[in-house]
Amino acid sequence: MINHAWLIPVFPALAFPIIIFLTRRVRPLSALVGIAAIGASFVMAVGVLREVLLNGVTMAHPVEYASTWLGIPGLLKIEAGVLIDPLAAVMLLVVTLVALLVEIYSVGYMHGDPGFSTFFGYLSLFSASMLGLVLANNYFMIFFFWELVGLCSYLLIGFYYHKQSAARAGLKAFVTNRVADFGFMLGFFFLFAIFGTFNFRELAAAIPSYQNTGFLALAAALVFIGPIGKSAQFPLHVWLPDAMEGPTPVSALIHAATMVAAGVYLLARAFVLFASLPGIMLLVAYVGGFTALFAATIAITQRDIKRILAYSTISQLGYMVMAMGIGSMTAGMFHLMTHAFFKALLFLGAGSVIHALEEQDIFRMGGLYKDMKVTVSTFVIAALALAGVPPLAGFWSKDEILAGAFDHGFTGLYIIGTLVAFLTAFYMFRLIFVAFFGDRRAGLHAHESPLTMTVPLVILAVLSVVSGFVGAPFVSHGFSSFVYYGEPHHIEPNYGVMLLSTIVALAGIGLAWLLYGRPSDVPARLAERYRSIYKLLVNKYYIDEVYLWLFHRVGLGLAEAFNWHDRHVVDGVFDGVGDVTRLSGHKLRLLQTGNLQTYALVIFTAVVIIALWMAAPVLGGVIQ
Amino acid sequence: MNFPILTAIMLAPVAGLLLILLIPEREQLTIKITAAAATFVSLVLAVLAYVQYDHARGGLQFLQDISWVPGFGINYSVGVDGISMPLVLLTAIVIFTGVFASWDMTQRVKEFFIFLLMLVTGVFGVFISRDLFFFYLFFEVAVIPMYLLIGIWGSTRKEYAAMKLTLYLLVGSAFALIGIIALFLYASQQLGYATFDIQTLATVKYDLGFQKFVFFLMLIGFGVLVPIWPLHLWSPDGHVAAPTAVSMLHAGVLMKLGAYGLIRAGVFLFPEGAKFWAPLIAVLCIVNVVYGAMIAMVQRDLKFVIGYSSVSHMGYVLLGIASLNILGLDGAVSQMFAHGIMTALFFALVGNIYHKAHTREIASFGGLAHQMPRVAAGFLIGGLASLGLPGLNNFVAEFLIFMGSFTRDQALFGGILPFRILSILAISGIVITATYILRVVMKTFFGPRKPEWDHLEDARGVEMVPVVVLIATLLLFGLLPSLQIDMINNGITPLVAKVEAAKAIGGIF
Repeated sequence: MINHAWLIPVFPALAFPIIIFLTRRVRPLSALVGIAAIGASFVMAVGVLREVLLNGVTMAHPVEYASTWLGIPGLLKIEAGVLIDPLAAVMLLVVTLVALLVEIYSVGYMHGDPGFSTFFGYLSLFSASMLGLVLANNYFMIFFFWELVGLCSYLLIGFYYHKQSAARAGLKAFVTNRVADFGFMLGFFFLFAIFGTFNFRELAAAIPSYQNTGFLALAAALVFIGPIGKSAQFPLHVWLPDAMEGPTPVSALIHAATMVAAGVYLLARAFVLFASLPGIMLLVAYVGGFTALFAATIAITQRDIKRILAYSTISQLGYMVMAMGIGSMTAGMFHLMTHAFFKALLFLGAGSVIHALEEQDIFRMGGLYKDMKVTVSTFVIAALALAGVPPLAGFWSKDEILAGAFDHGFTGLYIIGTLVAFLTAFYMFRLIFVAFFGDRRAGLHAHESPLTMTVPLVILAVLSVVSGFVGAPFVSHGFSSFVYYGEPHHIEPNYGVMLLSTIVALAGIGLAWLLYGRPSDVPARLAERYRSIYKLLVNKYYIDEVYLWLFHRVGLGLAEAFNWHDRHVVDGVFDGVGDVTRLSGHKLRLLQTGNLQTYALVIFTAVVIIALWMAAPVLGGVIQ
Repeated sequence: MNFPILTAIMLAPVAGLLLILLIPEREQLTIKITAAAATFVSLVLAVLAYVQYDHARGGLQFLQDISWVPGFGINYSVGVDGISMPLVLLTAIVIFTGVFASWDMTQRVKEFFIFLLMLVTGVFGVFISRDLFFFYLFFEVAVIPMYLLIGIWGSTRKEYAAMKLTLYLLVGSAFALIGIIALFLYASQQLGYATFDIQTLATVKYDLGFQKFVFFLMLIGFGVLVPIWPLHLWSPDGHVAAPTAVSMLHAGVLMKLGAYGLIRAGVFLFPEGAKFWAPLIAVLCIVNVVYGAMIAMVQRDLKFVIGYSSVSHMGYVLLGIASLNILGLDGAVSQMFAHGIMTALFFALVGNIYHKAHTREIASFGGLAHQMPRVAAGFLIGGLASLGLPGLNNFVAEFLIFMGSFTRDQALFGGILPFRILSILAISGIVITATYILRVVMKTFFGPRKPEWDHLEDARGVEMVPVVVLIATLLLFGLLPSLQIDMINNGITPLVAKVEAAKAIGGIF
């Protein structure tokens, strides 16, 4: 199976043109082709994971094969290759599973949409690109697919292209990511300039013995800009909340579970580079920690159900990046996996609500649990998992990050992480109490979604409960002895950390209950009392406004200035030459025929005369 | 003797031209079909030659020589190597699709296609000539019909644009002519006999001062055509004024004549001159890339956006040339091809919209994807090629140029400005390009449906020929780049060997 792992992205890659060119008019067939393709990939991913487990493929002894995609002898070898280690195997499973469930869900969600087939085409293209990214054995290839997932993200955010806001959001996502990719590209160019290869394992072998750490640190910092964009870390996070303009299944698959986690995956793949540079690691850790806190504070004031989840995603990605920065790749990847399940579930649940109500403002919902039992109960399970309530999945993975921070002596980051855990529990249960409980609002006719939508919800709910156990510290050969950097290690349970994070999670839920569990005017009074802070949070710290100002005033202003310069200064000089010619032509009217051929003839004659004159000495030599 | 395939590629349009002369003006469809057939023959032969080119042997192939003016050593001698072969293929693809893009032409159809075919004959001639005299002759053959094509069939200030373009190009070619004559005389003296054969001319040892002088003439002469900043202004105006097929050829192929001339008659013959002037090219090309892209961002006419984007993208070609290493030059030639195809796609689509909507004003559009989904998809794919999306040819080209310039270890201005900084500035162009091209896509095609454009019909039938052929080409070489890069590398390797053998000299800065 491992030897055929390259087929995993090929199935959905083939589904894309089949859907776009052949089955577009027959909608059920389009869905079937898409689901069958990703289903085949899922089966193979399971097979790969099984073989990795059984055949002793470890982080230290991966399987790699490649063929040359583009080679320039002696200068450049770009491989199309596959690198299978436990890291890739886990990621393959997560991506194919979530993609499969999301595609099944989309049959119900996108039912009746005029772009139904196209949607499945794009999802297939996305799955293929994402799986290619996971399998990549070198920087070039990961960049190749990195750009393609970005394209799919752009296409799917702007899927409702008749909406100006959706089109804008797509553009914003692409351009913001381009800024990040510019840095990423420079980063691996520097690596190539030093080591002459893009291959991950060749680099891993060469990096530890390289002496010029300043140069290496520059390369690593630039590479890190890639994840800052793709995984929506501060200050390039601005695109992700707007990306919620896309259809909700897209938000679940691309903007919560898989693509945005690609940045974290890249950090894991490039871990050797970062691990050798303590300064850069610290930078990574603090960018992640800051983002986690920053986004959580915004989430507590938002009203749009998808935006709350989007800020939550940014915050959780911050956790993962922080885990990488403190040197615990295991914890980061573990949280990536559990987060993929429960956050996909949260988005799909939100999608189920939106599907029923066509409403996204949580304050216009209410009492939904009476009409949407499956949706609401699975949503609550996922929220508990996200909030870190034991023994659900999120508890174990978040705990490992916090324990890692604590054990490695990053006290500041540990405190930030715990504070974020509190805020997370609070904003999630604010959402739940407001939207799902209390009284039904007038004019809303909620109804449970069809089976194609609820079955994926239930499956993800089960995963949100159990997927944490593979990495719980009580399991002897768990996640930490499977996906790791350096040596396999077992993390001892830290009961103090566990207890405290449980307490803060419950405290967050409790506070949400106090403020939003019953009708009360306390939240409004708080907002009034701390008006400036509240406005700052609601307006997302005004970062979008700053960027917009920079773009319109500085960027476009400069562009207009260049345009004016080109039209008046540069062109002016040359037209001026023309005017002088015309003026003298006016005096020498007899020579002016207005005939292009004559001009050409004159120019040529002049040129030949000048040339002959210049070359006279040389010419003499020839004639002799 | 073997079948003279290159001459056949060049003469197929001439045959078509002669046939069209015999067809009455009112038989418009027959004229168009004849033009399509003639260019199709060129295309098939060009593909055949491309496939048959023997990589193991390398060098110039499909040679053919006919003595013409023996006293001056002027021969009709043709052949292609890894540099010119892709450009011959490019020309064949662009003219073939250009004929289909002109299918809706109704005004003086006969003359239009005659001039169009004459123009492309000249372009083929430049790329296949091994003789500098014919090289120059064909160059002029390509420029003159351009004047008439824009002046008669153009739009938006067409007379001004046509005159401007022609004067720029003629003045530029005058510089190149001075260079060529000086070169001929110098070489004749050294060799003891007269020749215009480029390969023979390349064996001559030119002294450093002469190299600096003549390379500069070539830089001006061919640089105008590339176009190198600040000699670029003929190009946006020319693009905008020209009819669709002419814009396609103009931006798709004609600009490449400049870059090709710069490589063939510049770098190849005067490697030391190239080394001396490369820093200047490198600095100017950054202006091309960044300044061109910034200006493209604030244009209001679709064609001006594409016009300035060409200025920006051709800056990458110059950067590849200025790198003077294998990766950079491989990328430069690849970019010439990729940009040619991409920009032809853009002009075909903009032409389609303009023909139906009678405007190119971006602000008047919006939501066109509702009425013209195929045009929108095609334009978006062109845009993605333009911003260097992997999987399309342009990405490969730009990537190689970036690698080439990035790995060039040289410091300019007495050591304070590493070449790598210029390279990084140029790479920043990918952000600006993505911004302007996707903004245009958004403003033109996305947003609510506008009822005033409901009468626009989507591209269909023959209108789809350019779209499909050009996109397929971008995808083919984007997904399987070795089909292209192996060929180009075959031609670039001996060229760079010659540059590297040239004695180390300080650059202009």
